[in-house]
Amino acid sequence: MSEPAPAISVTGLKKTYGQVEAVKDVNFTVAPGEVFGFLGPNGAGKTTTIGMLCTLVAPTGGTALVAGRDVVRERDEVRRNIGLVFQDSTLDLYLSAEQNLRFHAELYGVPRPQVGPRIQQVMEMVALWDRKDSKVLTFSGGMKRRLEIARGLLHSPRVLFLDEPTVGLDPQTRAAIWGYIHKLRRAEDITIFMTTHYMDEAEYCDRIAIIDHGEIVVVDSPEALKASVGKDRVRISTEDSEAAIDALEKRFGLTAAVHEGEVMFSVPAGEEFVPRLFAELGLPIRSVSVSRPSLDDVFMSYTGVTIRDAEFEKSATKTWARTTGRR
Amino acid sequence: MLTDIAEPVAVRTPGIGVRHNARAVRVVLHREILRFLDDRPRMISMLVQPVLWLFVIGTGIGSLVETAVPGIDYRTFIYPGMISMTIIMTAMFSAGSIVWDREFGFLREMLVAPISRTAIVTGKCLGGAVVATAQGLIILALAGLVGVPYDPVLILTMVVEMFLAAFTVTAFGVLIAAGLKNIQSFFGVVQMAVMPMLFLSGAMFPLANLPGWLQVLTTVNPLTYAVDPMRQAVFSHLDLSPTASALLNPGVSWGDWKVPVPLEIGLVTAAGLVLLAMAVARFRRAR
Repeated sequence: MSEPAPAISVTGLKKTYGQVEAVKDVNFTVAPGEVFGFLGPNGAGKTTTIGMLCTLVAPTGGTALVAGRDVVRERDEVRRNIGLVFQDSTLDLYLSAEQNLRFHAELYGVPRPQVGPRIQQVMEMVALWDRKDSKVLTFSGGMKRRLEIARGLLHSPRVLFLDEPTVGLDPQTRAAIWGYIHKLRRAEDITIFMTTHYMDEAEYCDRIAIIDHGEIVVVDSPEALKASVGKDRVRISTEDSEAAIDALEKRFGLTAAVHEGEVMFSVPAGEEFVPRLFAELGLPIRSVSVSRPSLDDVFMSYTGVTIRDAEFEKSATKTWARTTGRR
Repeated sequence: MLTDIAEPVAVRTPGIGVRHNARAVRVVLHREILRFLDDRPRMISMLVQPVLWLFVIGTGIGSLVETAVPGIDYRTFIYPGMISMTIIMTAMFSAGSIVWDREFGFLREMLVAPISRTAIVTGKCLGGAVVATAQGLIILALAGLVGVPYDPVLILTMVVEMFLAAFTVTAFGVLIAAGLKNIQSFFGVVQMAVMPMLFLSGAMFPLANLPGWLQVLTTVNPLTYAVDPMRQAVFSHLDLSPTASALLNPGVSWGDWKVPVPLEIGLVTAAGLVLLAMAVARFRRAR
């Protein structure tokens, strides 16, 4: 049996702005039906890459096939087969929700008899059908985002691109949008390509690509990525942190450090280590906590910095990347 | 908050072709009309200005020049000019909405769709033309107040001329708007480019017996050729002495040759198409 054709296939993709290499030689494939996350700090090249895949940014080199079509040579074919939800709203605030979708249906050439039923369906999916006649102006941020997702799906795209779909939304709305995305992939035959810099959201993806400085550092499932980091993080609180650090060094050969008043160190299989710790440390322990590696740890282990530090470091180039990277 | 999803309605979009682009033109045009009908304050403000000119300035200046122009009200004279002014301002506003759309992100929705840029720009220009013509019709309805007869031929001629003028002005506006990022700079450019063109178009004063330099400027001003056919149409339905007619409705002359109305209309249409092509070219580069 042959593998199904990939939904997205990227080979040697490059984008240079003057001297700056925003994206350098990126390669990956996304299988049909997958939820693929593109993770990285702002300015890492996420938005430029998504821009190239959506035919909005012309690549400097390499090829990208989306839904089997070349993003440069078959631009309109690609566009017909993708749905887009951008970070910033692209709704007409002065039209009603339904009028916005009708406009979209006409632009994408949805066959006339299907326009009405399809609009009703996608609006019911995001629970906005009862607000169809309201102007978008009156919608909250979360409602607008839901409407944009409905609009992105209206023409039954094969691939849905979500560029930071939950940025700027409250946690409740974020959770609702994620719940919706999960339902969506069960209901429609669709591949989802999304960018995010929220570590917790990346966990919902089937696979994640970590991008930094315009290069893909690693591509794998969230579980595999976490397993590759290996160690659990243990925090203990004692009377005397200095003595605890010495004891850990002497008895277990572990390097520990004080972090926010607690002694912190990493061990493989942290839960099994805790009984030994109590038995052999020789110091009273007030509290202990063990945490599994998070994607933030993964990010740190692959890039050497936490995602927040990476953003801080890049904040100078961020504005530039925003204005030129996603025209 | 989330609803269970029913069996999806299968949507298969056809290939991109002329019919698809025609639908795109129509929906861009349709949106322009929806937005216009929805924006009452804009509709009213676009009407207040010419009405002020017509009945306040027109009456005031009219009492001053009463003796200079025998047998005609100054308001009747500026009436076709005010129709032009309404058309031009409304059309420029419509074109300006592209800058607005860019600022608020909606332009991107159009630019990422699988349609040609020509369809977007054409839809926009037709939208501006329809909206401006509708606005012009309201001023046209005031004809009786300034002694212009309600003649079906006159009305029909005016509608066609208004539409062509509006289309060309919108195309000009879209060409400007294509390169601008915010609405303030658009209105800056409009003030700078459109006001002088309006003043030099014969909308406010007749283009007869002018000093040489002013004569030259009015002849090279493209708007002159949009305004003059409307004045000719209105004046052909007035009962005027030949002297008054020559003074107030001199037409446009190149040297000693009086430019005929069909040529003027042809020039306006040609300008409209060239501007449209230029706007499309500019949009191809825009994102």
